Parts: sequence; structure tokens; C-alpha cells
Amino acid sequence: MLAKRIIPCLDVKDGRVVKGVEFVNLRDAGDPVEAGERYSREGADELVFLDITASHENRKTRIDIVSRTAGSVFIPLTVGGGINDIDDISALLKAGADKVSINTRAVENPDFIRESAEEFGSQCIVTAIDARRRKDGKGWEVYTYGGRKSTGIDVLDWARRAEGLGSGEILLTSMDSDGTRDGYDIDLTRSVSEAVNIPIIASGGAGNLGHLAEVLKEGRADAVLAASIFHYGEYTIRQAKEYLSGNGINVRQV
Amino acid sequence: MIVIIDYGLGNIRSVSSALARTGADVLVSSVPEDVRGADGIVLPGVGAFKKAMENIKSLGLAGLLTEHMKGDRPYLGICLGMQILFEVSYEHGRSPGLGFMAGAVSRFAPGVKIPHMGWNQVAPKGAGGMFSGIDDGAYFYFDHSYYVDNTDDGIVSGITDYGKKFASAVAKGNVWGVQFHPEKSGNTGLRLLENFVRTVGG
Repeated sequence: MLAKRIIPCLDVKDGRVVKGVEFVNLRDAGDPVEAGERYSREGADELVFLDITASHENRKTRIDIVSRTAGSVFIPLTVGGGINDIDDISALLKAGADKVSINTRAVENPDFIRESAEEFGSQCIVTAIDARRRKDGKGWEVYTYGGRKSTGIDVLDWARRAEGLGSGEILLTSMDSDGTRDGYDIDLTRSVSEAVNIPIIASGGAGNLGHLAEVLKEGRADAVLAASIFHYGEYTIRQAKEYLSGNGINVRQV
Repeated sequence: MIVIIDYGLGNIRSVSSALARTGADVLVSSVPEDVRGADGIVLPGVGAFKKAMENIKSLGLAGLLTEHMKGDRPYLGICLGMQILFEVSYEHGRSPGLGFMAGAVSRFAPGVKIPHMGWNQVAPKGAGGMFSGIDDGAYFYFDHSYYVDNTDDGIVSGITDYGKKFASAVAKGNVWGVQFHPEKSGNTGLRLLENFVRTVGG
């Protein structure tokens, strides 16, 4: 039976983990590779590195991190942030990334999804969608540039289009819930999950383990992304899996 | 020496790191001489079936691969590297494969999310071989939309359930194919690679 996935997300800036990971017993908590190794040992199902700077100068640093991670962490790795062309993707996949996550660039040039999927296969093209509930409460709108720019595009329409263009997965972040620790946006996640036939990773709002269970069950997410609840050592991945398993959710135990 | 074939598709870096972790002596190459002299061959691969076959042919490797397999020398095909062992794929039209094993590669039918992405269980058939030392029902990482269908029961060595039961691992002598990614399946995957390395070592 296919397991629901737990995916810790590391925000990386200039090659360092930001929004501090507070593990004890790590020689260097700011090193994304060490943090990745730690999560992998705890039973993380995948890793996501979001490069929040991703400037031109930073590309070499990013490739180096991906390459070092792939050399020591044997679970899937997704990299996102500032991916603009086929060469960016090619370099990341060659360095050892398994998937890339595309956000703003895909909205501005949807054909980029199609080109990437044709070149590298749908299985490695993740479309990241930043969603915010419309003020009138009717649906959700796609935001770009890290949630700063509204696009007027309907989230469900965009999700269907991304699937049609060849995207293999959707990383769905609720801008309303992100950072609140009040739980994922269940309505949003379920609506997108039912609108498309590709896997959905829910992101934004995790504050406790119950939130993970809620979005996996009621939100029909295939995977959950979480950062702070793991980074600050409140819960280990292993505890999260024991909790989910105890609530009837199929997870991979290590 | 194990040769990992670099034919322009697939996550070579992860496969070579994972094999190196098991202590294997590996060479990444697409040069026919290297392939001819290989004790074991690993063919990774993600992407499109047709492109994979085209690349293998244009590098002059199709005949060498078949020769290697017919000599019952160790081969491990991962994902696309498993699929090309079969007669035909129906990914974007009809493309012939190497035809070393009977069967066709087809797309999952509607009713499940496609791609089949994430960790799923494999039930080994028979003892030993590639699943030696691995628990029945252990999880491996999958990421694919097409699977091997209509194959001989005799070559199926692992079964996975995704809407229907399908062959997630096959073996004919020392020629192995796995639909999942052992190089991305944590310690369980490393164990499977170790089993392969042991086969190569005799």
C-alpha cells in the first residue's frame, strides 16, 4: 500500500539553513547536508530544499549542496527556488536532485512546464502553487514571487493546467495558513486534490501532529511538508509517524 | 568492475553514490569498450522510454547489453532500465525494447493518481536473490507512470499493489530489473544494491 509521505523542508540561503534548525548533536546545524542526513535517519520520506535566494551567483553553491547531499542521503531530494530554464533543471538533476519545484516561472510561462516535462519526464517536475483565499471567500488565487504578487489566476484552474502540461506533482502552500501553526488549509487541499489526478503535497500551517493527520485524511493530501515543527525539535519524524500510524494512516516506519 | 551506464537520462550521481556506499568498485561510462569489459552493469534511468532506447542505440550499446544478458552476467536495470528489458512500451505510441523478457510496458489505468509516486511495499516472490535480508513488505521509493504488464510469472520476483498488483521486480538468472529506485530507498535500497554487488563479486 502506498504510504503517505512526511517531507521536512529546509529553507536555504547562501548555502546555509535559515529559519534555524535547532537540533542538538549536530556539528553544524546550518549545514543543509547535515540536517538532511539527520532527517533521513529519523525516517523522513523525502527532503525539500527551498533556495530562498537563488540568485545567479548562488547557483554554484546550490549545486554543491545538492551534490554533497546526494552523496550521503539516499532518499529523494526536491530542489526549488529561482529555477528559470532547462539548464537550471539539468544541472540540478545531474548534481543528484530527483525533482525540481517550479513556481513563478511556471505561472509566467506555462510552456516551461511542458518543455521540462518533455525533456526530463513528468516524474521530476513539481509545480509549486502559493494560494491565498479570495477576499469574497470564493475560491483561491495564485500568488507568485514568494507570495508577494497576486496574479488573478484561480488555483483550481492553474492546478488542472499544470497537470495537463505534464507536471507530476503539486506542492500546494496556503499563504493564509503559512506561519500560523493553526493547521493546514483543509478546504484548499481537498479541493485541489480532487481537481487533479497527480499527487498533492500540502504545505503551510503545521503546528502539531494532529494537523498532519487532518490534512492527510480530510484534506486528501498525499504528502505533508513541514518545517518548524521538526526544526525546533518539538517532534521527531519518528514521533510523527507513530502518531499517524496510530490514527490509521499508512506510513513507512523505519 | 560495475559499469553504470550514462546514456544521458537518469540520476547517475545518486546511483553511483549509493553503489559506492556498499563498497563496490564502480565506473560511470557510455563507452562500448567499458561496457564490454564490465563484470556487472547497472542501467539507471528516468524519463521517456523511446528516448532511452534511441540513446542506447546511438551509443552502440544495444547489442552489447543483450550479449551481456545472454551470457547471464549480472545486470541491474532501475526504473526505465528495467522497462527496456521488455519487448515493447506503449509510452507515447509504440516503441520496441530490448526484448530480453516477455512483456509490455503500459500506463496505469485511471482510478489511481499518476505518477505512482512515493514509498510502496514490495512482496518478494521466492527466497534469496535481490531481496535477501530484506523484510517481506519492505518499502521502496517509486516514481513512475508506466509499469510492466503481461509478463511471465516465472520472472516476477517482487509484487506491488497500486490499484492492481504489478511486477515491481523481475529476474531472469543474474539479470535483474526493479521498477523502484533502490538508490533512493534508504537502507533497504542499499541492502538490495549490496545483494547485486555480491552477485557481481561471484
